[in-house]
Amino acid sequence: MKDFSNLINAIEITNKTTAKIDAIIHYFKVAADKDKLWLIALFTGKRPSRPVKSSLMKTWCIELAQIPEWLFLESYSTVGDLGETLALLLPNPTKSIEKPLHVWMQELIAVKQKSDTEKKDYVLASWNSLDTQQRLIFNKLIGGSFRIGVSKKTLVNALAKLSGIEANQLMHSIMGNWSVDSISFNDLLEGKHINYDKSKPYPFCLAYALEKELVDLGNPKDWQIEYKWDGIRGQIIKRKNEVFIWSRGEELVTSQFPELVEAVSKFKDDFVIDGEILAIKDSAVLLFNDLQKRLNRKNVTKKLLEDIPVGLYVYDLLEINTIDVRNKSMSYRRTQLEKVFQRNTSEVFALSQIINFKEWEELHNIRDNTRNVNAEGLMLKKKNAIYHVGRKKGDWWKWKVEPLTIDVVMIYAQKGSGRRSSKYTDYTFAVKNDDKLVTVAKAYSGLTDKEITEISRWVNQNAIEKFGPVRTVKPELVFEIAFEGIALSRRHKSGVALRFPRIKRWRKDKTVNDIDTIDSVKALITNL
Amino acid sequence: MKLLKFTKKGIYCIPGKFYLDPWYPVDYAIISHGHADHARWGNKHYLCHNDSKAILQHRIGVGISIESLAYNQTKMINGVKVSFHPAGHIIGSAQIRLEYKGYVVVFSGDYKIQPDGVSTSFEPIKCHEFITESTFGLPIYKWKTEQELQNELQDWIYQNQQNNRTSVFFGYSLGKAQRILKLVENVDAIYVHAAIHNLNNAISNSGITLPKSQLLTSDFKKSAIQNKIIILPPALLGSRLLKRIPNAATAICSGWMQIRGNRRWKGVDAGFVVSDHADWDGLLTAVKATEAEKVYVTHGSQAVFSKYLNDIGIKAHELKTEFGEDTLEAVEQEKIEKA
Repeated sequence: MKDFSNLINAIEITNKTTAKIDAIIHYFKVAADKDKLWLIALFTGKRPSRPVKSSLMKTWCIELAQIPEWLFLESYSTVGDLGETLALLLPNPTKSIEKPLHVWMQELIAVKQKSDTEKKDYVLASWNSLDTQQRLIFNKLIGGSFRIGVSKKTLVNALAKLSGIEANQLMHSIMGNWSVDSISFNDLLEGKHINYDKSKPYPFCLAYALEKELVDLGNPKDWQIEYKWDGIRGQIIKRKNEVFIWSRGEELVTSQFPELVEAVSKFKDDFVIDGEILAIKDSAVLLFNDLQKRLNRKNVTKKLLEDIPVGLYVYDLLEINTIDVRNKSMSYRRTQLEKVFQRNTSEVFALSQIINFKEWEELHNIRDNTRNVNAEGLMLKKKNAIYHVGRKKGDWWKWKVEPLTIDVVMIYAQKGSGRRSSKYTDYTFAVKNDDKLVTVAKAYSGLTDKEITEISRWVNQNAIEKFGPVRTVKPELVFEIAFEGIALSRRHKSGVALRFPRIKRWRKDKTVNDIDTIDSVKALITNL
Repeated sequence: MKLLKFTKKGIYCIPGKFYLDPWYPVDYAIISHGHADHARWGNKHYLCHNDSKAILQHRIGVGISIESLAYNQTKMINGVKVSFHPAGHIIGSAQIRLEYKGYVVVFSGDYKIQPDGVSTSFEPIKCHEFITESTFGLPIYKWKTEQELQNELQDWIYQNQQNNRTSVFFGYSLGKAQRILKLVENVDAIYVHAAIHNLNNAISNSGITLPKSQLLTSDFKKSAIQNKIIILPPALLGSRLLKRIPNAATAICSGWMQIRGNRRWKGVDAGFVVSDHADWDGLLTAVKATEAEKVYVTHGSQAVFSKYLNDIGIKAHELKTEFGEDTLEAVEQEKIEKA
């Protein structure tokens, strides 16, 4: 485990992706075949199910460390990570043992079937033979995420650099159907178990933010205007009875959206289309927050499928029955796309609506109201434009609606996780409701490290509680928060739900007397 | 017996009419050690340990009215018997023992149990009341031995040299810098920042021998310091000076480095858990050894540590600080850099 431990250490200490990639490549050069495969499995979510419950591990640790439970919890809220807390609280090991990663994994798979007593014997014996860093890793191998900022894409980039094989093919390989015991490292990289010809995606065509006046774009007749939907941009590939869904981050996300796969499978044509994956219920687009609940799940449960059904708004056609049409004009592609969806109908697919307009003037009003349909602005696409590779200025523009802002006061602070676990980074904000305060939003992002450090220090000094992970603070610090939309909500105590709230800036110039009231917040809802 | 009063200016000895590590200027200040949050400027008279005298003069001013004692030497002040006892925190650091009509109170200042080869090692003092710090008052804080730390730091330097990198350590000028010097002694040439160099001189002039180091002059030659060892104060993290150091590998030495999140937050290449404070077991050992009837907990995890002491049958109180927030804030910043 020493090599793996060194790898984790090297990855977590750096913020630089290149350094992370170098560390991963180094591991692939020194580790045994099976250890390499396990690394890929662990970093792509192909891990075996948790063999030992975390509540049991906590109980055993409290026993060994001989501390009261409240002190364990206090330690946990300072550290912010269960596996790390356990590793730090356990007494020093009396033995030392070195086993390669795949042996640990085999043991953990085997121990899942055992009784709690046998599990305890195994875990305690392991803890007693590992140092703090190795214990942390052992605990993470049992369950929990490493939170070290290695995405599938980073892993694939490392593999690509190591092998010279195209990154997208590697992505398909590692996301494909394989297990550590059924394939060699080289066969996995070479994609012996997949058919990359079928899954190969095209690079996405990307838009720049609009940087000129609408009138300077020329004749309105030359432009196709659509809503800019706020979901997940996806490329859906159907070739020879197989379906693949690629995200804009070049990750294969096919298994996350079974309803899309099912619908596409029934289509007569083969094609590659570009669209937006959205949570759609009763033909209305839901908030991105809702869609988020569907993402990166190992299992998409039946309940989740019912609660948050997913659909696709189709933007573009890239390939039709093996013919690449990206070099045809936008209007040609659109016509072909319409034909495809006349031949193949499905409830979960809808063409992205083209907005009719005559004069540029009209678009301002339309853009300002895009929030009402949970869109985030407009897309302006030139009708004679080809489907470009990547970002190219001039043919596609995104024109986003300005965010809404309100002034709020911080009332709770909580520590973050991973790199942020030592600081109070997660805040709950309130506005005034008569002489009381009412919670309106939680936000995690938007401040600099320096501001977070300053706020953390303030929280330490102004917290009302002294124990536990959440600190109630004096309502003193005022922030301006920005958000993309607002709706009435029965689930929230304040009666409103904000869409994608984030901190715009810390208003040191304002006091709690200057913050918004719940009535002024509700007044922002235009479609009451 | 009520020997002490906790006031806005700091801990006040009622019969003795003096303050211990006061926050605001007073007439008579007894100082546990030379760190800025304990030895503040503006007092009319200072009393400290012999080894802290040069440090205080260096940091506060040569002209201050100052008097010093050896460890275990006693001085009567308004009927209170005052003496200093080793605290093992930094050079010259002392616990302050007060005795009045047979009643003994010990103020720990900052302390560390484990000997570090630089400061005089901690000695437990029996007392009726003990005022303890609690910077690292959680059981997750467990320090390694000096030998283990030495190996860790030295291995890191050797590894850096193999990769043609210069090893840059960050540690508070007073205390941590001298500790790092000791830990990496005899590995290769050590260069220190002027702030550290000047303090080292002040310490050496008072008769204490420190490991050899050279001043890192502002016009240093890159070729001269390449692959060597450099010690800088934490304020220079991300500074232009750091950027000029060829192939710098950076490391913070602090007790806070025990937690991964802190290491990653700082964005350095390595974090070594080197602390001048007592760890959890150290705090417990120290408190128990005093056999005190009453323990006051200050500086850090007051709430947690005093609750735990009460759990195990030791009567403890949280010492609420009533100091101005501005001062606290400034000092907290220093503490972070120092710990």
